[in-house]
Amino acid sequence: MDKALFEFCLRMGDNTLILGHRVSEWCGHAPVVEEDIALANTALDLIGQTQLWLGLAGEIEGKGRDADALAFRRDAWEMRSVLLVEQPNGDFGQTLMRQYLFDQWQALMLAALEESAEPRIAAIARKARKEVAYHLERSRGTVVGLGDGTEESHARMQAALDRLYPYVGELFSDDAIDSALAERGIAPLPSSLRPDYDAALAETMAEATLSLPENRWSHSGGRDGSRHSEHLGHILAEMQWLQRAYPDATW
Amino acid sequence: MVSAPDTETVWHILAKVPDPEIPAISLVDLGIIRDVAWAGDRLEVTVTPTYSGCPATRFINTAIEEALRAAGIEQIEIRTQLTPPWTTDWISEAGRRKLEAYGIAPPTPGAGPERCPRCGSTRLARVSQFGSTPCKAQWRCEDCLEPFDYFKCI
Ligand SMILES: [Zn+2]
Repeated sequence: MDKALFEFCLRMGDNTLILGHRVSEWCGHAPVVEEDIALANTALDLIGQTQLWLGLAGEIEGKGRDADALAFRRDAWEMRSVLLVEQPNGDFGQTLMRQYLFDQWQALMLAALEESAEPRIAAIARKARKEVAYHLERSRGTVVGLGDGTEESHARMQAALDRLYPYVGELFSDDAIDSALAERGIAPLPSSLRPDYDAALAETMAEATLSLPENRWSHSGGRDGSRHSEHLGHILAEMQWLQRAYPDATW
Repeated sequence: MVSAPDTETVWHILAKVPDPEIPAISLVDLGIIRDVAWAGDRLEVTVTPTYSGCPATRFINTAIEEALRAAGIEQIEIRTQLTPPWTTDWISEAGRRKLEAYGIAPPTPGAGPERCPRCGSTRLARVSQFGSTPCKAQWRCEDCLEPFDYFKCI
């Protein structure tokens, strides 16, 4: 098995799986119906992308596990999602700030992956990129609108940024898997995306009248599975209980 | 033994299969049927998804199979193709007209719909970037005051 490629697909698919699940928690709870629908649609795209990434991971692994088996039968330490996506929803502003911080990274990552030497990865990237461009337009617009909004919305968005920014660095940390894939032309080194990300964030936050924290220290341990936070266990318990309680249940 | 219909006939059959979410247009109008080919006794139909998470994908495959079986074709393989990704440019001219007649503004390369599908006004406002299905957004007409769906351009 191509272990590096398998791990990479898990990382991409687990990010969209966990964020998709998080965002879907809003279904029926958003401040207005249009936002409810927008959140549910975003979650749906993310889960759709998860099917593609985890489906490919299962194909590469070659042990007969499909996307469902990988999503519903792995425990927290086997999950490869970054810590950012398991962060709680908080208020609407915090959810959209998390979405923007993720979308901006995902848009750059997918753009680079369109040129991947592995055609199956390039195909998923080309498909997902169109959806993510749409997510980014919305999350960026909302961050700007609420940041440069009322005193209350501004304060909440600044608090959301301060709370979530320490999770951004993990998206750009390189390890041996990344180096191996970069050498083979399959995926970019995460750190190589950081300059463009920083430039985009600086522009967005200036427009939103929000200040980016100066401290760039970052939490880590999600994308290698070593130190997921307590939050992930709660997500998995809710997401996986049916397949755990009634293995292979279908309807 | 009935002779197998040629691919042109198969295209005609599929042109009558409605999209499960927007029954006003067919799967062929929508541009998601990418290829139809015989491989011996087996008919291969290549389909591309509109959105990767579109819940209608499974219903679409079932609808294709049902229509082809009704036409006497027994061995069918439905292949999913991601690349090139689906674009609203593949919606046919007829499909665009049918969408508008149905009350859904067809996709336009600009920032939004060209005109209100009901009264034709160009004074429009966006209500939400998303809508009742992954492929639509919600808009409102400032003249007739009716809300309407806009087929997102991707
Ligand atoms: Zn009107």
